[in-house]
Amino acid sequence: MKILVTVKEVAEVEDEFEISGLDIADSSLEYDLNEWDDYAVEEAVQISEEHDDVEVVTVTIGPERAEETVRMALAKGADRAIRVWDDSIEDAQFLDVDTKAEIIAAVAEEEDPDFILSGVQAGDDANGATGVAVAERLDFEWGAVVNALDLDVDEGVASVHRELEGGVEELTDIEIPAVLTIQTGINEPRYASLRGIRQAQRKPLDVQTLDDVGLDASVVDSEIERTDMYEPESEGDATLWEGSAEDTANELADFLRDKGVVEG
Amino acid sequence: MSVLAVTEHRRGELRDISFEIITAGRELADELGEDLNLVVIGGDVDGFAEDLNRDGVDTIYTVNEGEEFNHGIYKQAIEQLHAELDPTALLTPNSVNGLDYTPAVAESLDLPLVTDAVALEGGQPVEVTREQYGGKVETTYDVDADQYAISIRSAEWPTAEDAGDAAIESFEADIDHDAIGATVNGFEEVGGGDVDITEADVLVSIGRGIEEEENLPLVESLADTLGATLSSSRPIVDNGWLPKNRQVGQSGKVVEPDVYIAIGISGAVQHVAGMKGADTIIAINTDPNAPIYDIADYGIVDDLFDVVPQLIEEFGGEAPDV
Repeated sequence: MKILVTVKEVAEVEDEFEISGLDIADSSLEYDLNEWDDYAVEEAVQISEEHDDVEVVTVTIGPERAEETVRMALAKGADRAIRVWDDSIEDAQFLDVDTKAEIIAAVAEEEDPDFILSGVQAGDDANGATGVAVAERLDFEWGAVVNALDLDVDEGVASVHRELEGGVEELTDIEIPAVLTIQTGINEPRYASLRGIRQAQRKPLDVQTLDDVGLDASVVDSEIERTDMYEPESEGDATLWEGSAEDTANELADFLRDKGVVEG
Repeated sequence: MSVLAVTEHRRGELRDISFEIITAGRELADELGEDLNLVVIGGDVDGFAEDLNRDGVDTIYTVNEGEEFNHGIYKQAIEQLHAELDPTALLTPNSVNGLDYTPAVAESLDLPLVTDAVALEGGQPVEVTREQYGGKVETTYDVDADQYAISIRSAEWPTAEDAGDAAIESFEADIDHDAIGATVNGFEEVGGGDVDITEADVLVSIGRGIEEEENLPLVESLADTLGATLSSSRPIVDNGWLPKNRQVGQSGKVVEPDVYIAIGISGAVQHVAGMKGADTIIAINTDPNAPIYDIADYGIVDDLFDVVPQLIEEFGGEAPDV
């Protein structure tokens, strides 16, 4: 069995940041493995540990810098990795859902996985849509926002819980091949061990261009254009208590006494 | 041409987003000079259509297929209605279920898709505002296409209240059930447990800022000192440091205490959805730009590990070493 896991290197914004043009200045960003994808990698690795002959392959759309993130997934137990990038992707203003889905689906067609796991969303652009769009492109079944997964390989069915709003979960059986988008909390992602990190350096990491995956530069064309980025104006009018921790704690304590939360 | 908005229901009740999407859809339809059509799929469609008949809606299409949500039925029904109506805009809820069919429909119909819109400005192109980087920035996108799909965030548009005089039409979708590979078997409530945070008058709520599980006794001690109940944002539950019944937010509990003390919580939109009804919100967070300050009444911009022990001492308690 082969599991393909979509992995994204996401940009995290520091508390103080600057906007440069239509994006956040690179100096204000730090990069990390997307939180939701970390859970997807863990889920795939756990399946590979529970069943014989499971290969876990990660796929990433990202520049060379993203290899650090990819190696992290390899260190946690993925077997090999594919990274897609070239000049036309680099030059694109941003990648819309359709573009990302087309690239990942092209890799999936080549790899022919039984199963694709994807984070529910990415922490930076938060589209929350790529996984399901990939499923549609591949004519796979799918399930979005999965927070429990029980895989019956013989029957070809994934029994999942989908986390709905308001503390309710939907219990659904999904035929595989399928794409599942994985919600945080489904498992406990492991830390990469030193041994894992060393091993990751020797695992295969293929870099492919759009041409290599059978696509041309037009895949990055989009009818959607980013036109502005700005810090939202604060809607708040909170009263801020200022001073030392002792002073502010004293103000808050007085407030809670006045409010009757605490007596005395 | 028209605007087609998809409504949502669960366990026999229309969800609030169904009435919010009427407002968003009507505004967009006005700007485009078009009709607003709704579709309701599955369940008591006739009863739902009656409730959805609000001012500004032109036609409500009912699709009498299935009781509860199934993405396969939704996808096929929406695709067929889309082919019939040929709408400019397809609007869907950016809910968990919305995320389970909208990308598939958009991909299948070759519609450009923008998700999680918080504002729309109609016209050609349509301008969509959304948040990125965890709400730290807003971005606008122009969608330059004759037809497009947009999912909208809940609680961003007011609910449509006034009664309307929409036409109600049954739409006979030709659903291929064999093509649907997902079977919904039911629902499960999560949480339960010994503590009901929705009943608490005072909540001390902790977020990612607590850093380590070993630091939890600090906020537990504060909650004890104040006679408050301990709750949390999502990452604390995801980490297994507190049980699910303590989680406040969109996928957790909606709480309305007298006082909500948010400690080390940034205020992601999913969390805020669960606690913005609190009478008084007090935030303790090192980041003065954290979104929690947009809704807080009072705040202390400082390190929780400095403030919380002082606060415990204020009330004669002793802060544990963490």
